[in-house]
Amino acid sequence: MAQETRWGRFRRSEAASGYLLVSPTAAYAILLLAAPLAMIILYSVFRDGYLTVIPAFTFDNYVETWSSPIYRSVMIRSLSVSMAVTLVTVLLAYPVAYFVSFHVDPSRKSLWLFLITIPFWTSYLIRVFLWKVILGYNGVVNSALMSIGVIDEPLTWINYNIQAFVVTLAHAYAPFAILPIFVAMEKIDRSLLEAGQDLGESRLMTFWRVTLPLSMAGVVAAVLIVFIPVIGDYVTPNLIGGGKIPMIANMIENLMLVRDNKPLGSAIAVSAMLIVTVVSLIFVFLNRRFLGGTK
Amino acid sequence: MKFSGLRLYTILYLVFLYAPILLLPLFAFNDSKVIAFPLSGFTTAWFAEMWADTQLHNALKNSLIVASSAAILATTFGVFAARASTRFNFPYKAGIMGLVMLPLVLPEMIVAMALLIVLLAMGVNLSIFTIILGHVLICTPFAVAILSSAFQSLDKSLEEAAYDLGETPLSTFRLIILPLVMPGIVSSLLISFTISLDEFIIAFFLGGNQTTLSVYIFGQFRFPAKVPSIMALGTILVLLSIVLLSIAEFFRRRGLARSGTKDTGGFL
Repeated sequence: MAQETRWGRFRRSEAASGYLLVSPTAAYAILLLAAPLAMIILYSVFRDGYLTVIPAFTFDNYVETWSSPIYRSVMIRSLSVSMAVTLVTVLLAYPVAYFVSFHVDPSRKSLWLFLITIPFWTSYLIRVFLWKVILGYNGVVNSALMSIGVIDEPLTWINYNIQAFVVTLAHAYAPFAILPIFVAMEKIDRSLLEAGQDLGESRLMTFWRVTLPLSMAGVVAAVLIVFIPVIGDYVTPNLIGGGKIPMIANMIENLMLVRDNKPLGSAIAVSAMLIVTVVSLIFVFLNRRFLGGTK
Repeated sequence: MKFSGLRLYTILYLVFLYAPILLLPLFAFNDSKVIAFPLSGFTTAWFAEMWADTQLHNALKNSLIVASSAAILATTFGVFAARASTRFNFPYKAGIMGLVMLPLVLPEMIVAMALLIVLLAMGVNLSIFTIILGHVLICTPFAVAILSSAFQSLDKSLEEAAYDLGETPLSTFRLIILPLVMPGIVSSLLISFTISLDEFIIAFFLGGNQTTLSVYIFGQFRFPAKVPSIMALGTILVLLSIVLLSIAEFFRRRGLARSGTKDTGGFL
């Protein structure tokens, strides 16, 4: 009896209504996201058989992932490309966010943001391919520079290499960096800036001591939202690098599908996710003093 | 103008953002098989060549089926999750919503491989149905984000007034809440449709031998002779995306105007 009244109370409670409403979406995410991710973790400690996976516990896949120089160099390449892209994207984006937040008339802000986000919504594949066409050996940049006589031979340091990866990815992820910084800047109380200047600070010092610290929460969000997906990018190394300079996603694909070693592929995927999580947590920890009280 | 330096920088930045896209129509109408300067002459032949490929028609049909299904399913899931998280408090809410939003930050390759392993282990045949399963997963976070802001701006007293006047929760939802969040729903449908149409990794790995538009385009990149007709196709796709986004933006703003909230800008 006591049980039933407790159940009855629960059924009419706010929590029950919330669970009931969220359950279809949550069930879908558990079945098609949480369960597959758990499966990857499980596979990563299994042994690889011929065309099958043998359910016998082993750490060999992780030992191979972390000790093999090939996987280590691919991992380091992915990390450095991702860090370079993040640095370039966020540094280039900050002044744009600052301009839109502080120097654009409020009624026109959403128009500017719309202009900034449009390129992001146009086919990612075609944009990456366009950069290959632009930066290639016989590409747009080289042919344009040669036809106006600036150079006699095509430039080679811009073709199909890591620098080209960074340009392509920095272009692809630009709006991701601008929007969080913009949102953080919009929350800054404008009277603080006036107070700073009334108390005799120069414009530059006000920026340095008021605006920058208060917008750091947005910068941290921008860094994470660029860094994490870039490290798993598949299309850019494939199209721009012609598959010769693989990043972690290309490695995972190769192991899972071409060499059919799903346990090793899973171990690399799990390791990559772990590294990304650890790097992100360290970054958030280093910036913890800027993040207090923003939530 | 005191800050003309900053304005100039922002305009240069926009030029950098738009440069690749502006090259698309330039080379789509250029009368040369090679994508390079100087331009040689005007032609519409690449558009005709593009449309002559029957594989494109099949890929287009698949893409439209996948994108419409993914948009409808993701928006439906989005309505449930956004309503639950903005209206009710329940234990582990942050955890549950975090899981739903996770695909936003998870590399698509990992989502695709994890799903692929499970589908293969269950013996499911890969088809456009399995692409839809994956696309719903990655579109739902965007739908939730758009719809949460729509539900957030609802005035709770309207709903309470409906209850006081004898409406049931279901009829209140249909008569009061749904019309108010309708612009958000339209905007979510359009954004999900656009994301699914552009998505490549999941379509490539979960599609089996079925191709969508993006998988078709990826395949064409192997043939240098096909590049100009891909430029033509790209031009059309970019125009289509801009039209869809403008409609989505129109509805998003109308939704904000209807509920009387301040525009905070942007979809993300």
